[in-house]
Amino acid sequence: MAELLVDWKKEKKIATREAYGQALVQLGKDNPDIVVLDADLAKSTKTSDFAKAFPQRFFDMGIAEQNMIGFAAGLATTGKIPFASSFAIFATGRAFEQIRNSVAYPRLNVKIAATHAGISVGEDGGSHQAIEDLALMRSLPNMTVLVPADATETKKAILAAAAYQGPVYIRMGRLAVPVLFTDDYNFVIGKANVIREGQDAAIIANGLMVAEALQAAEELSAQGINTTVVNCASLKPLDRDTILKVARQTGAVVTAEEHNIIGGLGSAVAEVLSEHYPVPLYRVGIKDTFGESGSPEELLQKYGLTSAHIIQAVKSVLARKNEKSDIN
Amino acid sequence: MPNIQDMARIIRQDIITMLAAAKSGHPGGSLSAADIIAVLYFSEMRVDPQNPNWPERDRFVLSKGHAAPVLYAALAEKGFFPKEELLKLRKTGHFLQGHPDMNKVPGVDMSTGSLGHGISVAAGMALAAKIDNKDYRVYCLLGDGEAEEGIVWEAAMAAAHYKLDNLLVILDHNGLQIDGPVKDVMNLEPLPDKWRAFGWNVLEVDGHNIEELTASLQVAKNFVGKPTIIIAKTVKGKGVSFMENQVGWHGNAPSAEQAEAALAELKGGNRNG
Ligand SMILES: Cc1ncc(C[n+]2csc(CCOP(=O)(O)OP(=O)(O)O)c2C)c(N)n1
Ligand SMILES: [Mg+2]
Repeated sequence: MAELLVDWKKEKKIATREAYGQALVQLGKDNPDIVVLDADLAKSTKTSDFAKAFPQRFFDMGIAEQNMIGFAAGLATTGKIPFASSFAIFATGRAFEQIRNSVAYPRLNVKIAATHAGISVGEDGGSHQAIEDLALMRSLPNMTVLVPADATETKKAILAAAAYQGPVYIRMGRLAVPVLFTDDYNFVIGKANVIREGQDAAIIANGLMVAEALQAAEELSAQGINTTVVNCASLKPLDRDTILKVARQTGAVVTAEEHNIIGGLGSAVAEVLSEHYPVPLYRVGIKDTFGESGSPEELLQKYGLTSAHIIQAVKSVLARKNEKSDIN
Repeated sequence: MPNIQDMARIIRQDIITMLAAAKSGHPGGSLSAADIIAVLYFSEMRVDPQNPNWPERDRFVLSKGHAAPVLYAALAEKGFFPKEELLKLRKTGHFLQGHPDMNKVPGVDMSTGSLGHGISVAAGMALAAKIDNKDYRVYCLLGDGEAEEGIVWEAAMAAAHYKLDNLLVILDHNGLQIDGPVKDVMNLEPLPDKWRAFGWNVLEVDGHNIEELTASLQVAKNFVGKPTIIIAKTVKGKGVSFMENQVGWHGNAPSAEQAEAALAELKGGNRNG
């Protein structure tokens, strides 16, 4: 298992959007049906990499996200594979009903690849920090929702999304984050990956919280608490089997996501556990509040999204687990 | 009190100073709007810094919310809050958000940042004045790239339909957006014809000419039955030579050295006056 992880604290940090730009160029070489659309944010979303390599297959739609999704749907009806990009807030928020009725409902092969998700957007502030995009996308029938944790996984997720037939939402970030995975890491839509094992509690995370989960697991193990860490990049379809397996093995679960605790990973895991195998659960995430301007690091701290918060959460579910076993 | 030209120059200096302190933000579209904002806040609009929520005040909506620095500078110079606060723009826990927040910043009438929303909300405010028979006016600053959003045209249609002649939109026509010149990214021309066809009174001015701006605002005030748009031809980054007409200065803050050079230019004299 160890070979899945690189020596991540020593690696250079890379933003997932950087990997997106590179993956698009690779896809463009391999498949002439790949077309890319952006809404005046090509340099930020990194679709500019593709635009440079394949100018005939790149379309800047201007600041018009709804129309961008409509165009993408139209392109998809003829067999093209459009990747449409903007910041997560505008891609999923502004164009929500286009995604719902022109992409998800007719199950068209459109890939919505959004960057600048979450509060790690930083200084631009609450208006630009999507904390609800996953809830929006997850609630749509036919939609696949991917939240890669690092550059390696992003590349694999983008290639998997292109190979998959149907609508996919891929969530990426602005901030440079640790590279966690080796090239041997196997990304499969619908599969969660156990990346560390321990019997006391399970931490299920995605996005930039996976690195925080690994950090938390390391510090906890120094305190004699051994945790399983699950990378749940495929938010939908959700890997219920793996979630239930780690819940049964540990009897205590913490979820960690850079999203509102309503509607994202925490909710999805709670839904599975409460129906099939209830165990003490703590959801680390944004506590139903909008973000604000500030440095990404300070905001992650302020909004409770660090390894320290995960450690606290693990201790709280462990306490509840032990209470329960005392009663029994 | 300084004249409007001088005020515009002070506002430009504030913009540079606060962006350098914040180390992020949008200089180009803030500088292009400095003269427009100076005219609005220092000769046109009826506002009271002592009473920011005064119900009879004129409203201002910065639809191109990323130009928050130009608005914050004007509000600070006008006395809505102390000027020192500008140095804490975009810092964690501080009230001056990267994009305007009506619940945090005194004098901000609408939270904006997602392009296209502002003009629609401004039209709603203007409709409320009609319903209540009030004489306040609603001013809205729109970006030219922003005018690519469909909602801008939905709002344009509805504002004309409801004869919102108390609504005044100024289009900061600097010709640039993020990915390049507007005409290359998504051509909008002929803009004046489009607005006319949507039922608006259309005025075209030099957006850095204080007299023209002031005179056109007067014309708009006396115009009955239609909303007015002033298409203000501007230069993105205006007043700082190395930022002028440079797409790269849309969303990058100047370094300390660049800020020093910019401030020297802005303080230096009448080049842009
Ligand atoms: C709905 C939406 N899409 C994208 C953005 C990102 N964005 C911020 S500014 C900008 C370009 C704006 O160009 P323009 O309106 O011409 O502004 P100006 O040149 O005056 O700065 C873009 C695309 C946004 N803020 N809102
Ligand atoms: Mg512009």
